[in-house]
Amino acid sequence: MKALLVGEYRDGKFLETSYELFGFAEQLGAETAMVLVGKEAELPQYGGKLYLADVGKYGEYNPDLHKKLVLAAVEREKPDYVVFVHSSYGWDLAPRVAAGLKTAQISEVVAVVEGGFELPCCNSKMRRTVKPQGAVAVVTIQGGAFTGIKPGGTPQVQPLDAEGTAGVTFLGYEPAEEKGVDLAKAEVIVSAGRGIGKMDNVPVIAALAKALGGELGASRPVVDGGWVSHGHQVGTTGQTVSPKLYVACGISGAIQHLAGMKKSGFIVAINKDKDAPIGEVADVLVVADVMQFVPALTAKLAK
Amino acid sequence: MKILVCIKQVPDMESRFKPDSAGVWFSEADLAFRMNEYDEYAVEQAVRLKEQLGGEPELTVLSIGPDRVVEAMKKALAMGCDRGVQVQDPAVHLKDPWQIASIIAGFAQREKFDLIFTGLQSQDRGSAQVGVSVAEILGYSCATTVVGFEYADGVVTVKRELEGGIKGAVQLRTPALVTCQLGLNVPRYPTLPNIMKAKKKEILAIPVAELLHEEARAVTASFYPPAKKGGGIVLEGDVAAQVDKLLGILKEKTTVLR
Repeated sequence: MKALLVGEYRDGKFLETSYELFGFAEQLGAETAMVLVGKEAELPQYGGKLYLADVGKYGEYNPDLHKKLVLAAVEREKPDYVVFVHSSYGWDLAPRVAAGLKTAQISEVVAVVEGGFELPCCNSKMRRTVKPQGAVAVVTIQGGAFTGIKPGGTPQVQPLDAEGTAGVTFLGYEPAEEKGVDLAKAEVIVSAGRGIGKMDNVPVIAALAKALGGELGASRPVVDGGWVSHGHQVGTTGQTVSPKLYVACGISGAIQHLAGMKKSGFIVAINKDKDAPIGEVADVLVVADVMQFVPALTAKLAK
Repeated sequence: MKILVCIKQVPDMESRFKPDSAGVWFSEADLAFRMNEYDEYAVEQAVRLKEQLGGEPELTVLSIGPDRVVEAMKKALAMGCDRGVQVQDPAVHLKDPWQIASIIAGFAQREKFDLIFTGLQSQDRGSAQVGVSVAEILGYSCATTVVGFEYADGVVTVKRELEGGIKGAVQLRTPALVTCQLGLNVPRYPTLPNIMKAKKKEILAIPVAELLHEEARAVTASFYPPAKKGGGIVLEGDVAAQVDKLLGILKEKTTVLR
């Protein structure tokens, strides 16, 4: 069995998360080759076969041509699986490659299980096992689900080229907004989620943060809704944190949020939904109405 | 100009999910359904574009599924879409993303839309494949994960959300498809007069067999809750007792309480 791993390259660097592709291949028991739009001076620590297209020529985001490049590598390598990380690069490119190969795509795999691949569904509250039909399958793996493995060595580079027109023009990157607070340094973070109900309730969560000597964090919906500024956002598109204590208030636990806080020392979740995915990572799950429990806790701490 | 918005009706994600009798998807008993959150951003952006262009574009909203999906379409019509298309399919949950994409593309091929809006993904399946696959079948330019959208003279300029809060600016020419990410805009609440007006708008029904000519490429074998990792303590019951228990645990297990 053979897996062609599609590495990712951003802002002139090979992304560390791409090493998780090797962790997946190991679980699968597959031999590996890699395809990458990157450059000779910045290669992955991998002694296998690397199909390398020049990022200077093809750009970091140019999905129509990247698709052609991956298809050209598939043609030469004849893999059983073409594997991406389920990232803004991977979920954008993988369906294009699957369409080109006329084959199945399995998205956001979290485990290799008997009879197929395990995927999260229903906002991560449930799982399903999916089986691709046909000889080749395109797979995207959830970030953090498989251990990153650096195989080591220097790749055997196979130059890769493709022709075609680009339907999409990349104009440039826009840096992340200024971090309002450096949550990475906080020993305690108390985060507000959609479950707090409304913007007027944010001070109640902030008061608990203060009582615990910590900082206020927030989940994405709360930031998108304008209740709390982006500088407080915890998660894949915000800050990744690992305080001694993390208190999640009314946060259901979307994967992007969990990825940003699951390495915290001790996790307390307050949620009225006992089945919320946040319960998977919580050391203590308090099943309660956030707006009743949090003020009671803050009051007790003040005594 | 012709614009298509594709929406899905999904269960409220606060629901408790139980497998159906076949064990491959959820049982619909006791579930409340609503418009997929990502698709609300798609509808809002399409309506804003129509307003920007003085109301000229015709906005079609499409949904695939049993008759309950009409409710979600009515919301889109009340938000400002002009007409609805229901692709009637009581077994939509058994279709894979490729089949769903081929159904949408089959309809879009007849109508020659200039611009198609979809959500980045559905909240229940979350494959993030359908939009891109529709664009692939139609040969449209496509950008995913859009958190900023501008349109002028056949050119679409978007911001894609990347990891770590970085954004990538991208330009594409129509015909094009964009998949909308959370935070793209603030979807409006339909007003009562617009809800009344929406009742008079046309909803065309097309049997799925007319549009589906593809086999499934992936099949769901089973649907189940995640394995509990265990170890976590669950505190239930009276709030005052919960507070005392939690403080006891924090004193014992952490060093943050002084």
